[in-house]
Formats: sequence, C-alpha cells, structure tokens
Amino acid sequence: MKEILEKLEKLRQQARLGGGKARIEAQHKRGKLTARERLDVLLDEDSFEEVDMFVEHRCADFGMDRKKIPGDGVVTGSGTINGRLVFVFSQDFTVFGGSLSETHAAKICKIMDMAMKCGAPVIGLNDSGGARIQEGVASLGGYADVFQRNILASGVIPQISVIMGPCAGGAVYSPAMTDFIFMVKDTSYMFVTGPNVVKTVTSEEVTAEELGGAVTHTTISSVADGAFENDLETLNQVRRLVDFLPLSNREKPPQRPGHDAAARAEASLDTLVPSNAAKPYDMHEVILKIVDEGDFFEIQPDHAKNIVTGFARIEGRTIGVVANQPMVLAGCLDINASKKAARFVRFCDAFQIPIITFVDVPGFLPGTDQEHGGIIKQGAKLLYAYGEATVPKITVITRKAYGGAYDVMASKHLRGDLNYAWPTAEIAVMGARGAVEIIFREDLGDKKKIDKRTQEYEAKFANPFIAARKGFIDDVIMPHSTRARIARGLKMLANKKLENPWRKHGNIPL
Amino acid sequence: MFESVLIANRGEIACRVIRTARRMGLRTVAVYSEADAGAMHVDLADAARLIGPAPARDSYLNIAAVVAAAREAGAEAIHPGYGFLAENADFAEACAEAGIAFVGPPAAAIRAMGSKIEAKRIMEDAGVPLVPGFHEPDMDDRRLAEAAAEIGYPVMIKASAGGGGKGMRIARTESEVEEGFASARSEARSSFGDGRLLVEKFIDQPRHIEVQVLGDQHGNLVHLFERECSIQRRHQKVIEEAPSPFLDPQTRAAMGAQALALAKAVDYHSAGTVEFMVDRQRKFYFLEMNTRLQVEHPVTEMITGIDLVAEMIRVAAGEKLRVKQKKLKIDGWAIEARIYAEDPYRGFLPSIGRLSRHILPRQGAPVRVDTGVAEGADISIHYDPLIAKLITHGADRAAALSTMRHALDAYYIRGIAHNLPFLSAVMAHRRFAEGRLSTAFIDEEYGDGFTGGPMSDEVGRSMIAVALFMDGIERAREASIAGPLRQVRPMEAIEKVVLLDGDQIPVVMEYEPDGPLISIDGAGPIKMISPWKPGNPVFEGGLDGQRINVEIDRLALGYRLTTSGVVREVRVLRPALAPLYAELPAKIPPPGSPSLTCPMPGLVVSINVVEGEAVSAGQALAVVEAMKMENTLRAERAGTVAKIHAAPGDSLAVDAVIMEFD
Repeated sequence: MKEILEKLEKLRQQARLGGGKARIEAQHKRGKLTARERLDVLLDEDSFEEVDMFVEHRCADFGMDRKKIPGDGVVTGSGTINGRLVFVFSQDFTVFGGSLSETHAAKICKIMDMAMKCGAPVIGLNDSGGARIQEGVASLGGYADVFQRNILASGVIPQISVIMGPCAGGAVYSPAMTDFIFMVKDTSYMFVTGPNVVKTVTSEEVTAEELGGAVTHTTISSVADGAFENDLETLNQVRRLVDFLPLSNREKPPQRPGHDAAARAEASLDTLVPSNAAKPYDMHEVILKIVDEGDFFEIQPDHAKNIVTGFARIEGRTIGVVANQPMVLAGCLDINASKKAARFVRFCDAFQIPIITFVDVPGFLPGTDQEHGGIIKQGAKLLYAYGEATVPKITVITRKAYGGAYDVMASKHLRGDLNYAWPTAEIAVMGARGAVEIIFREDLGDKKKIDKRTQEYEAKFANPFIAARKGFIDDVIMPHSTRARIARGLKMLANKKLENPWRKHGNIPL
Repeated sequence: MFESVLIANRGEIACRVIRTARRMGLRTVAVYSEADAGAMHVDLADAARLIGPAPARDSYLNIAAVVAAAREAGAEAIHPGYGFLAENADFAEACAEAGIAFVGPPAAAIRAMGSKIEAKRIMEDAGVPLVPGFHEPDMDDRRLAEAAAEIGYPVMIKASAGGGGKGMRIARTESEVEEGFASARSEARSSFGDGRLLVEKFIDQPRHIEVQVLGDQHGNLVHLFERECSIQRRHQKVIEEAPSPFLDPQTRAAMGAQALALAKAVDYHSAGTVEFMVDRQRKFYFLEMNTRLQVEHPVTEMITGIDLVAEMIRVAAGEKLRVKQKKLKIDGWAIEARIYAEDPYRGFLPSIGRLSRHILPRQGAPVRVDTGVAEGADISIHYDPLIAKLITHGADRAAALSTMRHALDAYYIRGIAHNLPFLSAVMAHRRFAEGRLSTAFIDEEYGDGFTGGPMSDEVGRSMIAVALFMDGIERAREASIAGPLRQVRPMEAIEKVVLLDGDQIPVVMEYEPDGPLISIDGAGPIKMISPWKPGNPVFEGGLDGQRINVEIDRLALGYRLTTSGVVREVRVLRPALAPLYAELPAKIPPPGSPSLTCPMPGLVVSINVVEGEAVSAGQALAVVEAMKMENTLRAERAGTVAKIHAAPGDSLAVDAVIMEFD
C-alpha cells in the first residue's frame, strides 16, 4: 500500500513539474508565471481541485509516442474566487509550447461541460503556441469542440479569457466568443495570422506587438476588454471582475456588504455640468460619485472612449453602467461606441444585471467614415440591445439628449423603467442653432434674426420639461440626489418581470 | 454699529469676513463676477450683487461698480479683504464720498505707505531702521569703498539700473570690494548699458518677520506681536507662523515699539502690518507697511484670541479698542500653510480645473481651515490660485507642527494639481522643525526641484501597517460575497508579505477586538486602531499610540499611499505569491508617441504649448472645437514639443498632425 501511495505522489510531482525546470526558468525569464503559479494567484488559497492530471496525448507520429508529459500542456479543474465556484483551465507553455492536442482540448471541454452543469463561470488562461502540428486535423477538431461549447455556454455562464502569452491562428476564436478578454501588456499577443505570414502575403512589416499586442487590442481593435502590467495585476483584476458577476444566468448578481449609505448626497454634482454648453465635463466623476465607494470596473476603458461601460454596485448589488462621455468626441455615438455599448448591454441583460445609463449625447457622429462604415446598422446594434433588454433599466439624462441618439440611449420608448433628467437636461430633436437653421431657413442670411430665434428656441426647448410633460421623463431630479433615486429605483425594480415574445432568437443587425 | 456690510472680495477671505460679520449680527452683501456666480462667498452672504465680467479689472477692481453695488444693497460699510481694492486710496475715498464706511485705514495712510519713497522718509522721521546703504548717483570706486567701510561688511554691490540678480556682488572684505566693483561694473554695463553702482548692507540668511498693529479712530494703538513668514517661494509666502521662533523678548518689544511708532506717524487706524527683514544678529530693518488685513492674519488670531475682522469692523464704526497692550499675551503657537493650485513636481506650474474632490481635515479648536471653494468648484485662470489656508494651534511650536502634519495628511484634493505634498515635506523637514528659517529656505532646500517628501522608517512603517490593515478588511469583506462573513478567530495570526520600494517585508497581523496587532519584519507587535471602512479615501487611525493619516488611491494591485509628502505604491500579498512577484519584469516606459493628431474634424481653439517646451503626461496641449464642444487634447506621456503644425482658427481633418514630439 505504502509503495502505491508513494508512486502516486511521485506521479503527481512529475505532473506538477510540467515541461521541467529549464522550461520553467525560461518562462520566468520572459516575465511570465507558469500555468500553476497563475492558478495560485487567481484562485483562493488551497482551493484548486485539479482534474485530468494524468492525461497524456495519443499521438504516435513524428516520435511523439516517446514524448509524453502528464497533463498534456493544460492544467484544468475548479476552485473558488472569494469562496465562489469557478472552473479554470491554464495552458502550460512549458509543455509542447502549450500547443493544443486532441486530449488537451478534451480536458478543456470536460471542465466546460462541468461548468455548464454546475452553473459556474469558466476562466481560461491562454498561453499556447497554437495547434499541435504533429496531430494535424485531430487538433483542429479539438479547437472546434471548444468553440461549440463556448457558443452554447454564451449567456448561460460567464466566460472570461485571459491572454498571457501567444494566442494565434484558430486559437483566437475561443477567446473571441467568451464574454471578456484581458491581456497582459508586453507578454501577450493575439492574431489570426502572424507577422511572418503578413509579410509573405502583403509585404507589410509589422511586429507582433503592433499587430496584436495588448495596446493594439485594447485601443484599436477592441478585441480585448482590458490590459494590465503583469500576470499578478491581471489575475487580481479578474478576481475583482468575478466578484461583480453572478455565477450563471440562473442566479442574481452577488451582493457585497458595504458601508456606503444609499441616501448619500453628492452636492458637488450640482455644479458639474458647465453653464457653457460647449464645455465638456468628465462623466467618470458622475459614475464614481454615484456608485458604492467609487468602485468602478471599467470595460474597454481605452477603446471608443466617447462611451463609458463598466460594472459597479449600488447598495452592494451589481449594476452595469453605460454613459456617454462628453470629454471625447463630445460624447457622440459612433460605430465603435455603439458596438462597445451594445455588447455590454447584452451581457448585462443575459446575466440579470440592471443597467444604469447616463446620457449626454449630441447625436450620431457625422462623416463619410461613419456612413461608409455602416453607422446605420452599427448604431442599430445599441438600439436593438437596449430595446431587447428586460433587466431593470434606469436612465439619467445629465445634459444633451438629441435626436435619434436620445431614442437609442435607453429612452422611455425602449421600455426604460425609470427615466430621470437633471435640470440641465436638454431633450430635443437637435441643438438649437441647427433646428433654427432648418425651421427658419428664410432667415439664414440674417445673423441677428437667427441669433434671436436660437435664443427663443433654447428658452423653449433646451430643458427637460417638454419631455417631462409628455411623460418621457418620469421626474426631473437634483443631481446631488441621483444616488438615492437610483438606489430607490433599483429596490422597486428588484422583482421586475418582463418577457419578450417567444422566438428561436432575434436577428440583431450584426 | 452698522447693520450691514458689503465684502468687496471673493474666495476664502470673503467667506472669512462674511462669517465674522454674520456672527456680529450684520447683514452681509457679497459681490461677484460672472465667473463666480456659483462661488461659496455668494452662497454664504445674505445678498449678492453681480459687478461685472470675469477679469478682475472689470469686476473686483472696478471701484464704481463696487460702490454702486453697496449703495443699491444699502450696505453701510465695505470690507475690502486683501488684494483687489484693499490698498487703493482712491477706493477708500470713493467710499467716504458715497457715505459708506471703509473698513480699513485712512486714505492718507494708504497713500503714504503705498509710495516707497514717501514711506522711507516717514520711516526715517519715525526712527525706524532701514537697510543701510548709499544710493548716491555716480559713485566712483573710491567713494564706493568708503561707503562700504561705513556700512560695515558684508555688503551688497548692485547695479543702479539692475534687476534679476545681474551685476550683483557680495563682498565680505575690503579686497573683495575692489574685485567686486570691476566685475559688477562690467556686468552692469553689458546687461543694462549703465555701469553705475550702489552699495547696501548685505543681509545674510534674512528672515521675514512682521508685526501686526491695530488701532482705533481715537488714537489708541496696540501691536499683536509678530508673525514669521520666511518660507517663501519667489517672494510669495507659503508658510507662516506666530510667534517667530527667532525673536527674544527684547527684540519682540523693540520691533513692536517701532511698528507702533510708524503707525502713529501716519495716524493709522484699523489693522495693518509692518514688515521687517531680520538678520542673524536679530537686527531688523523696515521693508514696507501693508495697510490692510494680511492673508496670514489667522495665526495672530490663534495666539491672541482676537478676531481681527471683528476689530476692524468695530473700529470702522468708531468704537474704541477694547484691548490694552499690557493685557495682550501670546498663547501657544500657530502655523499656517497656504494650499495652492500649483504642481510642486513641475516647477510649481499653476493648475486650473475642477476640484473634483475636496475633503477637509477634521476642524476644531486646534485646526482651522479658511477656504472659499467647495468640492466641485472651478479653479479658474482669472484669480489667485489659493485653495485654502490650513491653520493649526498648539501649546508650543512642536505641538502646532505635529497637528499641522496630521491635518495636511488628511487634506484630500483631487482633480487639479496642488502643493499639499510640498507643504507636508517642508513641515517634515528637520531644518524647519529646528526653526532655522530664512527667505532662502526653499531655494536652498529644494533648489533642484521638488521630488517628494523624504522617506523615513516611520513613514515606511505607517504605510506598511495601513496597507496591511486595509487589505485585511477588504479581503475579509470579499470573502463574504459568497455568504456570511467567515468568523475570524480571536488571536488568529495572518501572515502576509508587503511590497514597498522593491523590498519584500514579512508581516504578521493578529486580530484583537479593538484592532489588530501588527508585527513588521520580526519587530515587536504594534497596535493599530482605526475606524477606516472600504471606500474612505483618507485613512485615519492610531499606530502604537501615534496618530497617522494616510491618503489612499487604488491600483490594479495594491494601493498608492500618500503621507508626509511621500507617495509610494504598496502591495500586500499572500506569502506564497510574493516570490512570484520577483519573477515579474520591471517595465521600461515605452517611447513617446511621435505626434499629436486631431481625433475628429474640428476647429483649433488654442495651442497651449510652444515649440521646444517639455511637456508631462496629462498636460493640456491644444483645444479643438468639434460638434460645438471644446475638447482638450492632452499629452499621452512626457516629451518635448518638436514642431507645431496648427494654429488657432485652423480647421483640421481627422488625424491631421497638430504637433510632433522629439
């Protein structure tokens, strides 16, 4: 008996060593932690339950039958984050470069199936050279098996991908279908075809970092939702994100106890909106002063900055925040902003997270770029997402709500539950000058007349009361009381029930 | 007594005057410019009058508008505060003509002291000592040498036409004088085209010490002792205190007597200040007289218990002084720190914008804050960048200083740059604690620029303990997301590793009902007590019986802590994870973006930098108007502006290059 136990322990030790000491050192030299070290950081202390530690690949070609390492390049199992169950896989770059074999894929699929059954998130730590070339099509099949599970899990359990090394070729499509992607700056990259292929095909010279590094994907492509300095920071932030999320669509978002009073008044918000309509202000201040403890987890902070999205809490319960940002592009909706916010709204709706929308939008961004890029259908994504969402929706118009963009931003007409306006709100079909130039076209040559008409128009329409009279706004509220009003609204809406008509699925303008 | 008073000022001094006037039962009338419609002084007053557009010359300096506002509001008196019209004799006369009492000295005294030549003549007549010197025209080398000998060494040789330190020489001996003449004369010639020189007594390590006087209209005059204001930056006072740590009772009495003699010579009434330069032998020389309330008057109020504004109002109403010189005593010590909207890390460049967070330290008997801005206020380019004055009192200098340091650590400002870390660093400076002050203090101690307060074992210990304490509370709370809070067993010891300044420090925290015991790096346990809760931006607590206040900003991993002017990133990790941190690469900041491009089609409103200018991350580079909104474009990281391609008024397309960097 004793020998058997010793043998088990020896096998375990061998598995824990992965690709061996030399490769672990090489991994560290690259500034990267190993697959197991990463799980230590991500999960609560001693909470990791590993499965499939002894799995080995079945490939016999190219001498692979002589090279077998238990675990086959991915560590899988379950654990807890602050006591809440999560399933994890962590690719081990020290074992065959983390390449994906048939059995490697099968391990991932196994824990994804478990996660679906148990109703808990899947967090994938990606660090892989790509397909196990020696296995050929078996490896490709493995990828597709993972993709299929990503698709079926979408909207059922939160799926989070962390890119902590290379992620190239077909491998990118699994993270692409998860809810959130985080990257580590300087040590991770993602692309469908790498710099060498790019050079061969298009003669374009580009570094891996420029092509698909963390900065590229968080600012330009919007593939990634956030990037952090190193493995520890990144994994710590994933823990922070998980604290906001329900474990599955079967349960409500979690509640974190806190000390921030629901009725906390923020007098300084009463002076936030400048009297000069041409002056911007930082919408982040509104968000940070209204949510619990100023604790805001921003999603895609560096892409389409004209709209702000992220998670926060009110009275300990998770909310999703969407807010126009007047500091960037005057807060206009454009293609990028619409896509960013639409995706965020749909995530919240899928996971029963109430949506709080702060509106200061002068309209859609004009220009050939936008029209040729399909702003019509791209903008419609956000419209569709808001209109489809059945979670509690509370909207606060802080200043401008002009034209079609007013309709889009969680308006009453899109089944907004509580639509509030600050006294500084201007809910109108367009800005005063533009409106006057259309209505009084005959006076266009006369600047004096136009100025006077503009003033008249402003006095009449640049306020929230016309909309309030029609019931499009439920109340005009003092900015300082916004937190209290939202908190009260969320309590009221806690048991909201609203269902869309039965259908196989809608046809969102993709 | 009057029934109403108008305050012809703004900001903290207007608020301060309004508070006293209201306490005296007066109706208060504020005046404001268009930029100040929502300002604190407007809210505080019983009534407010708009007196003009934002620029001071069109509003707060507009005599006619202020007097008209007073007349319309039925104000019987006008308090001018400091600055603006406070030392304007025409204004004092205009008030008199309008039948409104001017809460200040007689116009003649203002006028006399406003003229340097006139003031010096009166000084000489009143026997007040001036810096000895010879200002005769066309002194040749021999005459200069004689003059120098007569004054006594060391002497300062200056160009008559001079300025900016050019053509200035210090001579400590007769031979140095001769050398000095030659070089000073040639430098004066080349710089100003005028080789004439003058010679003055050189005062080494001078201190700025001033005497507060107070008089009524019946000829009664008292002095309220001195204030030392030696901590100055470019002649701008930064830190003041009362009394001076330098004066002995004889000098104090002599200076007081001189100040009174001078005040008497100009028939002074109301509050005024006589400024002196004091040398290392405690010889004092007259600088100037300020015929108004000083910014730093609260330190005098704290050590005498006298409300100077109340006295000024009573005197203006014709009442007699209630205080007698003999009854006046110095009670303890008071220190004032001026909190400015300026960036100490960037050569004290002024900073403007919205004060997004403004949390004051707890106020009470030993802590007073005079401010004119609330959270959410705009610090504009139009006026003085003073955010607040923090004044503390103690039984002695050490006590006042200790209270000041704690209060500065609890003062929390965000949204604009501010000099709080610099003030904290000066307060923590040994030389300041020892009272070895001079007007050259800041130049001597921070001549190469300010880079943060000095790290010490004490500060490091506080930071480690605070980070550990907060981490303990936050981790326990996070664990409760899953369900009820796990009961922490009494005396359960939690081991962690704290990362600070590249060191990994093992720590142990043991929970006890009143607060944890913390052992740092094997040292004996120390008790930490604090009511801190997650979300509080300032940590207030006691460590080993010592008060500590620390400002907190959250990082992706750990905290950025600020205390005593020291800013550090502190991280708390489980012992098992700490070695992993060492494996992580130290990142080198990436090179700066080569150019600033226009993010949207728009019109250039302004370019805020010039070619060759060094810019820091976050600095405003240009303002572009698009969609009828002004967008400020900021530097992504530090760099130098190489070339500017756009000018105000230019219409730019998307991605048009506005400027390039080196």
